[in-house]
Amino acid sequence: MTTTQEISLQTEPFVLNMGPLHPSTHGVYRMRVTLDGEVVLDIEPMFGYLHRGIEKLMEERTYTGCIPLTDRLDYASAMGNNLAYCVAVEKLAKIRVPERGEYIRVITAEMIRIANHCLAVGSMLNDAGALGTPFFYLWNEREKLYDLFEMLCGQRVLHNYIRIGGVSQDLPDEFLPALEKFVPQLHKFINEFEFFLKQNEILIARAQGVGVLPKDVALNCGISGPLARASGIKRDLRKDDPYSVYDRFEFDIPTAENGDCYDRYRVRMEEMKQSLHIIDQAIKKVPGGPFRAKVPQIIRPPAGEAYGHIEGPKGELGFYLVSDNSIAPYRCHIRSTSFINLTALRQMVKGWKIADLIVIFGSIDITMGEVDR
Amino acid sequence: MQFKFFGIGMLKGLAVTILHIFRRPSTSQYPEQRLNISRRSRGNELIWDREKCTGCATCAKACPQGVIEIVTSTDMADNKYKVETYRVDTGYCIMCGLCVEACPYDALYLGYSFEKAKYRRGEFVQTNDELKESPQRPASGYFHPDIAKKLPKQTLLIEKATEKRK
Repeated sequence: MTTTQEISLQTEPFVLNMGPLHPSTHGVYRMRVTLDGEVVLDIEPMFGYLHRGIEKLMEERTYTGCIPLTDRLDYASAMGNNLAYCVAVEKLAKIRVPERGEYIRVITAEMIRIANHCLAVGSMLNDAGALGTPFFYLWNEREKLYDLFEMLCGQRVLHNYIRIGGVSQDLPDEFLPALEKFVPQLHKFINEFEFFLKQNEILIARAQGVGVLPKDVALNCGISGPLARASGIKRDLRKDDPYSVYDRFEFDIPTAENGDCYDRYRVRMEEMKQSLHIIDQAIKKVPGGPFRAKVPQIIRPPAGEAYGHIEGPKGELGFYLVSDNSIAPYRCHIRSTSFINLTALRQMVKGWKIADLIVIFGSIDITMGEVDR
Repeated sequence: MQFKFFGIGMLKGLAVTILHIFRRPSTSQYPEQRLNISRRSRGNELIWDREKCTGCATCAKACPQGVIEIVTSTDMADNKYKVETYRVDTGYCIMCGLCVEACPYDALYLGYSFEKAKYRRGEFVQTNDELKESPQRPASGYFHPDIAKKLPKQTLLIEKATEKRK
């Protein structure tokens, strides 16, 4: 027997549109969230608001002319995109990169990893409620890196620095001394930052145990990068399939067990330390010689296909290129990390409150430019 | 979530923020205080040297956006092309610098200055002599190391940050 009171206490699912212009969706991402009160029952992702057709645009540009387009994929880590694309073209055209070029690539790729993790951790904490303070501490460090990028290639965000067969220009004289100053300073900062937030009760309450991504789900979704490593999958292309001169450096792959938001934050902080370790080794070993192989401005790779992938800051970033022996790629497909990592969001948020949805979404670390391409 | 002593972590955090009060700010007051930008800065305008240019149009082929328009005359006086029009729509330019990289005669430079907002869209289209180098349009050292040496040294935040700890 049901009384009128019990009938009135029944709840109904309610659909809420989040985005596309929501401050915590990191771009123009829209989700249709089905809610029961405050509990998320289901989400339906909707994207494409930032679609610029980069894969199609690449088909009508020369191989070198595509490099500025790759900057605009993941604008928080432009150098990584340049590297991934150039690795794919070098595989296709069978170009060997000189030693000095490889070392400069490793240094810049690790620098952009630190810059990206600064942004990722900062915006996740911002979403968790630490409005401003930790974000701007990290932003300050990122700014120092961006100064160095500006010295190297002339622009701060859209680097367009790595070229097919090497890098575009040699290191300036004042670059390595400045980087040598930066490495111990960032070590100091990371220790201070860990002290600042490691035991913070609010962060632990908001992030520990929230949005758990089990190992099997992560494997089934094809998750890579810090997100997978936080779930206990020890996979890093720098070790598993060394693409540049990464096999010459010593570094660890930080992993965690639980796969919650707090572990993702911890893994990213540890990765920044490992990146610094790699930079430290690379600075000491940078050889002389040419920084770029002799590659013509307009190349015509032999007909065929190649897939080049790197361990980008967000995970595995791959470019699949098909050549028909003309000056432009016949087809280019981008295995964008953010897009594939975003597919796990649905499994992670089910059953959590809408405030946790924001933290979980922030902990994945996506850039909409890469999701929509 | 169980904590032994709730608030210890937050107090530790507050200690760090209080220490930050005594540090020198890393920001600068922009319109009054200006930092030197990079010597290789890919700045706002394209500079074209008419004397050095031979009209080979390598820059136009290298440009991914296709914003460089170059017209050469058909009558070849002493075996050289005469450049009639050199037009760049800087509104569509993405400042990638591939044209400067491609130019075999060092006739192209990127600009060193920034802050070049314009009132009309048509003003972005620059032709022939508007692309000349002048004190208002200094050239940057991108792919021109000899020019880069003459430009002032870039101010780095890292140097500012390590200096104050002494």
